[in-house]
Amino acid sequence: MSHKLTDGGQVMHVGTLARVEGEGAMHIEYHDGVVTDVQLRIYEPPRFYEAFLRGRAHTEPPDITARICGICPVAYQTSACWAIEDACGVEVPEEIASMRRLLYCGEWIESHALHVFLLHAPDFLGYDGAIEMAADHPDVVERGLRIKKAGNDLMEVVGGRSIHPVNVRVGGFYRMPSREELRSVRGRVERARDDAMATVQLVAGFDFPDMEQPYEYLSLRAEQGYPIEAGSVVTSSGGAFAVRDFPSHVREFHVEHSNALHARLDGSPEPYVVGPLARYSLNSDRLSDAARAAASAAGLGPVCRNPFRSIVVRAVELVEACTEALRIIDGWSDGVAPSVPVPPRAGEGFGASEAPRGTLFHRYVLDDEGIIRDAQIVPPTSQNQASVEADLRRLVEAWSDLDDHALQHRCEQAIRNYDPCISCATHFLDLTVDRR
Amino acid sequence: MSLDASHGSEHVQAHRGRPTLAVWKFASCDGCQLTLLNCEDELIPLAGAMDIAYFPEATRAVVEGPYDVSLVEGSITTPEELERIQHVREVSRRLITIGACATAGGIQALRNFGDVAQFRSIVYAHPEYLATLSRSTPVSAHVAVDFELRGCPIDKHQLLEVLAASLQGRTPRIPSYSVCVECKRRGSVCVTVAHGTPCLGPVTHAGCGALCPTFDRGCYGCFGPQDTPNTMSIAARLTELGMSEPEVVRIFRTFNAASEPFRRESERHETATREVTP
Repeated sequence: MSHKLTDGGQVMHVGTLARVEGEGAMHIEYHDGVVTDVQLRIYEPPRFYEAFLRGRAHTEPPDITARICGICPVAYQTSACWAIEDACGVEVPEEIASMRRLLYCGEWIESHALHVFLLHAPDFLGYDGAIEMAADHPDVVERGLRIKKAGNDLMEVVGGRSIHPVNVRVGGFYRMPSREELRSVRGRVERARDDAMATVQLVAGFDFPDMEQPYEYLSLRAEQGYPIEAGSVVTSSGGAFAVRDFPSHVREFHVEHSNALHARLDGSPEPYVVGPLARYSLNSDRLSDAARAAASAAGLGPVCRNPFRSIVVRAVELVEACTEALRIIDGWSDGVAPSVPVPPRAGEGFGASEAPRGTLFHRYVLDDEGIIRDAQIVPPTSQNQASVEADLRRLVEAWSDLDDHALQHRCEQAIRNYDPCISCATHFLDLTVDRR
Repeated sequence: MSLDASHGSEHVQAHRGRPTLAVWKFASCDGCQLTLLNCEDELIPLAGAMDIAYFPEATRAVVEGPYDVSLVEGSITTPEELERIQHVREVSRRLITIGACATAGGIQALRNFGDVAQFRSIVYAHPEYLATLSRSTPVSAHVAVDFELRGCPIDKHQLLEVLAASLQGRTPRIPSYSVCVECKRRGSVCVTVAHGTPCLGPVTHAGCGALCPTFDRGCYGCFGPQDTPNTMSIAARLTELGMSEPEVVRIFRTFNAASEPFRRESERHETATREVTP
């Protein structure tokens, strides 16, 4: 919806953003091509996770925080496990970390396929949604659903189910999947990798508005390989710090129009970005050969600053996740203990992983019986809110000559570039929310 | 699949070929509506059998109501949601809740217990100040519900069964017995009997396929209480297996904490230390 203001300005307002996870609205006011107000309004109701985690046992966050998000529950489970194990001074063996990575690959495959094919591609191909798109491009939609299913199948084998997996515990897993079980999904993951390669080619051919993003990027970086389930923090301006220092670099603050906290990096008023673009730009040297070749064939350099091209980066990450999953499956041998004991002790612990949408940070304070006294969760979409708004501002100013309909559509597309997960972002503790 | 239009608003059928489906979201994690998109093999055939008329997570297109079938995810937690659920009821011929939030208030209903502790002697000091309600409630607390599908998250096969039953105008075949029945059928070894692992299977509604025991884990009650749960008996068994009173409170107080049998049992074990409240 768009209307004129009495002073000659214009307002563009979309009350319910479609094809995003959760409930949000977009509100933009502009005057002679100059934007006076931009708000990504998050009206998704707060659910107060950080409040009710207090008083729970240190074994409970993997099951409880999974429920923050049905699309990336493994991200929550993984960051929670790292943080609690850190608080208790336990380091899990390499095999358990590998199995976490494998489960996480399943989530990347499922979530990225959902976004690339069902949520984002319809913007580029000119449809309201994937079901409408399927009438003209059945092969494209079928390919997307096939990749998505392979991700879900992988999560089911490792985690028991794809939404809120049951097999994850602090210290590892309840039961290790056997080599035979893992082999049972191998063929589907291999096909998904081939489908993902074809996807990179397909989306690289889309039309992208010319727009470069000047913002700081933040991502994890691992000792080896592309960052998925773990790493320490790096930024595009050369910053590097341990996960436990995240709270001293990233400060959250509350703005009136959003039920999700915004975030600032090192006190800078400029937005920073987490997610596929940041991850890729800070780690493209760490991609597998297959994913690097796909990226290069798609015309991606080592750094990507056009948010509209995030769909290409997601497709490259699909190749990476499938390749990694196959590597872990092929190298797996039975006989690994599913978990290590994590006896409680008083302390503070920190954990982070790369959710499909970007860096997800958890912090817990435990008492000597393992009861949680304080919990803090910083989800990726909160961190990206400021850059979404900055993109909208730039976009409206650059394309003010477009008609209302085209401009509104492009703005919606700019929001979907971030694959925002609004359910994730809205969970904070502060009860004094002013929603007016 | 064909819709039996013998009951409900026939005018809906009069001007549309296919029955219409709407998907609504309240306070929730998106997982239950994602279950619909996770029907990878069935999604396109489903879109052929039903007109997906309102589903913002999947499409920008909106077909005006009324709708033949509405799926509702999420619990009621804000004044705006109180109004919106009335609207959803008005425009829906059949209203089906999907998941623990819509059916039992979800994990966000843990606030219901927190408020009791925190504001014990204060009667809502500033209700107008909070845009969020002090309690998270299921959809059935506000409007008539035609069917409640359990689970955190729901099971995809059960969702397809409920949709097929709606199209065919019959009662969904969703058994209300306990997880134990599914576990026996599956041939799993009882984790409590064999290993002394605490398990809520005997009091929990079937639907997940008795997943946790196949991963050497006790049931933790995602699907909420079964029809006739003997929670007192299972709580006594949990205590015998070594669980402390606060642990018994917590195991009943998760995604279906506000369901009547689980709420009552958790309160029975609440100690003076109030370990479980924020």
